[in-house]
Amino acid sequence: MHTAVSEAQAPAIHVAGLTKSFKKLEVLRGVDFDVARGSIFALLGSNGAGKTTVVSILSTLLKADGGAAGVNSFDVRSQSAEVRNSISLTGQFAAVDEILSGRENLVLVARLRHLPGPAQIAAKLLERFGLADAGERKVATYSGGMRRRLDIAMSLIGNPPVIFLDEPTTGLDPEGRLEVWSAVKELANGGTTVLLTTQYLDEAEELADRIAILHEGRILVNGSLDELKRLLPPAKVEYALKQPSLEDVFFALTQSANKTKDQK
Amino acid sequence: MKTHFFRDTAVLTGRSLKHITRSIDTIITTAIVPIAFMLLFVFVFGGAIKHGSGSYVSYLLPGILLITVASGISYTAYRLFLDMKGGIFERFQSMPISRSAVLWAHVLTSLVANLVSVIVVVLVALLIGFRTSVDVLGWLAVAAIVIVFTLALTWLAVIPGLTAKTVDGASAFSYPLIFLPFISSAFVPTASMPGPVRAFAEYQPVTSIGNTIRDLFAERPVSGDIWIALAWCVGILAVAYVASMVIYRRRTA
Repeated sequence: MHTAVSEAQAPAIHVAGLTKSFKKLEVLRGVDFDVARGSIFALLGSNGAGKTTVVSILSTLLKADGGAAGVNSFDVRSQSAEVRNSISLTGQFAAVDEILSGRENLVLVARLRHLPGPAQIAAKLLERFGLADAGERKVATYSGGMRRRLDIAMSLIGNPPVIFLDEPTTGLDPEGRLEVWSAVKELANGGTTVLLTTQYLDEAEELADRIAILHEGRILVNGSLDELKRLLPPAKVEYALKQPSLEDVFFALTQSANKTKDQK
Repeated sequence: MKTHFFRDTAVLTGRSLKHITRSIDTIITTAIVPIAFMLLFVFVFGGAIKHGSGSYVSYLLPGILLITVASGISYTAYRLFLDMKGGIFERFQSMPISRSAVLWAHVLTSLVANLVSVIVVVLVALLIGFRTSVDVLGWLAVAAIVIVFTLALTWLAVIPGLTAKTVDGASAFSYPLIFLPFISSAFVPTASMPGPVRAFAEYQPVTSIGNTIRDLFAERPVSGDIWIALAWCVGILAVAYVASMVIYRRRTA
């Protein structure tokens, strides 16, 4: 891959004409997109659209059949070690060790990244992700949301410039989703580039600077939320009473319950 | 790019050793079946078996040790399989660490766990009358053979660990290995067996490995068996290691 453009201008992720087949099944049929440094990019698609395949190729777990893919200006095929040094992957299934405690999981990753002071790193992240009280517990006892938060915390160790989140909220309850969302926003505030895949429209809407829709192995559209909205005919103005959604009710009740609990 | 094979292997071995200390039952179940066999054969069948001079437990112990290792390695396949299924494996693969360190950590953990089980079995054998006056050098020789045997079988166990579709598939492969000692000189001298069975028993690896350990314990000069034993172990080790690495590279390409 050419690195003629200076690092600051070059996109954090560059994908061009990416193809991949599993036996006769063509999963990717020429995928192109760029992700700007420090932005959150959502790859939106239904199950089986090829989102995980894209992430696996970008994180060097899988080799593409054709096309080019670069992360942090390194080619995923020929410079895979450099790519691995630039990324963190939070896969579809929480990549945590259930038998270890939350703290031990963080220390493990810090050690594997050869960082000084793994114990301090773990303590800071437990605090930051609201897991300080659960730090000594086996991860097997964590809720889905806690597991995901730990998973994301593990991905932050060593401050990799690019983070992949593969369906970070699939299987979480609404509260767990909100927890993960705020963690992702915090990441991007710190300048990290985030590529996240999701099948939830509201998640892409909530988090992403740019959204690409992956459908049958190709990118259908790619743009900001506003750009995507402009693709549709302008909304008609209609008057209707706004009924609270079940989600509104759920959060109103659970949050007031939490507040009264805190007051006690 | 510089990878830190030894450091990464040490960190990951520490991780899987924690798994073992938190499920001590795996070491106990590994040791309990061979101990049960040992008690059964010494106190029930042993009296009827003509095994030559010395106590039957001394005759039997080498085979029991091999059974211990054969049942212990199924946990390696099991743990490796669980790592592959969960996301943790992909996390390791996407990190800037030495990739083969992930496998070596499981192999070294298997070695430690099996040696602990073997020591437990030897202690029980001592309790029920096993005696040897072999010196430190002899013990080291026995340990070396057990270690090479364990490494060979562990690399063999890595294959189902990497390829199995279900947990049962990952651990079931070791059953034939556990029963291999029964058709060898481990329990009964091969001389009493009918032709084809005897031929199989005499030429399969457990017989030469068991005979070598038995000779070492009895302080007899070891026969040519030791070379056959080592050839088997190193051969299995080499083939299983290469096969594991090929499968591993393919799975993680």
